[in-house]
Amino acid sequence: MSFLSFLLGSKKSSAKVAKDRLQLILINERGENRGSPDFLPQLQKELVEVISKYVHIDPKDIQVNLERQDSLEVLEVKIEMPPQAAGTR
Amino acid sequence: MARIVVVTSGKGGVGKTTTSASFSSGLAMRGHKTVVIDFDVGLRNLDLVMGCERRVVYDFVNVIQGDASLNQALIRDKQLENLFILPASQTRDKDALTREGVEKVLTELDEMGFEYIVCDSPAGIETGALMAAYFADDALVVTNPEVSSVRDSDRILGILSAKSRRAEQGEEPVKEYLLLTRYSPKRVAEGEMLSIKDIEDILRIRLIGVTPESEDVLQASNQGIAAIHLRDSDVAQAYKDIVARYLGEEIPLRFTEYARPGLLKRMFGGK
Repeated sequence: MSFLSFLLGSKKSSAKVAKDRLQLILINERGENRGSPDFLPQLQKELVEVISKYVHIDPKDIQVNLERQDSLEVLEVKIEMPPQAAGTR
Repeated sequence: MARIVVVTSGKGGVGKTTTSASFSSGLAMRGHKTVVIDFDVGLRNLDLVMGCERRVVYDFVNVIQGDASLNQALIRDKQLENLFILPASQTRDKDALTREGVEKVLTELDEMGFEYIVCDSPAGIETGALMAAYFADDALVVTNPEVSSVRDSDRILGILSAKSRRAEQGEEPVKEYLLLTRYSPKRVAEGEMLSIKDIEDILRIRLIGVTPESEDVLQASNQGIAAIHLRDSDVAQAYKDIVARYLGEEIPLRFTEYARPGLLKRMFGGK
């Protein structure tokens, strides 16, 4: 068996396959975990508080996202103004 | 100050409770007053592994809720007089462990003069596991040489570095140690199992020791004695080495190299 596999060019050992798969998946998962830092929900909450001082808005109208493109991180804050709010001012 | 050590892994069945029992026993054998706490609320098992299940009267949650004092709940180990066990509750109430409650108990244990507080974490990343990890100074990350265990260990390392008290308060991070269990040098030599180096490369934390795959672990838990007490057992030796390294001694690894059996042995069999 081992002599044959030596002649035929041995197959990758299953341990090597395991290591490669783990390294690949963990690079992705570590990225994901760090991609959404813990402060986002807090930031969203505080933004709602500040804006609510001036305009009556629903917490759902604010979306905070962190996007990652290669080495660049973009913090995107999307605030949807309710239609009547524009009229009152 | 008492040093708080969490024994954690993410994945279940890799040897957290076995390690908690042996590691805490090892510290006590070296003369340190030690307490080991079972954080697996609802699935108490440390008492069984350490052979004190029939002496459980009060538990961790009773103490947190003020129904019993620590002195009433702590069980003295049957082998070592400076080792105490605080059993988990069998309640199904998930919110029985509160951060304030756990902190109060840990503070009181410190005041009682315990040098080491070993926290046996449940599997998973739910409340019990987070509570066990939150106050840790040191973490023993118990890992099997197997893909799902390594991945879960990585996840737990992420939690320790983000959600522990030390992380939240910006203190020096939790000291993380890799503890490999159920290692089979033979299978590694044959390319069937992740090697120590493979796992170190992936998890990138300091290795504190390796325990070999062994039938002795089952023998020990059957009888309710910590594996470290078994005579002439590789696992017991490996745990003693781990405790020594934790206490700062430099000891080479054992039981990690595969010795190919000689011709005679191969011909005539034998263990």
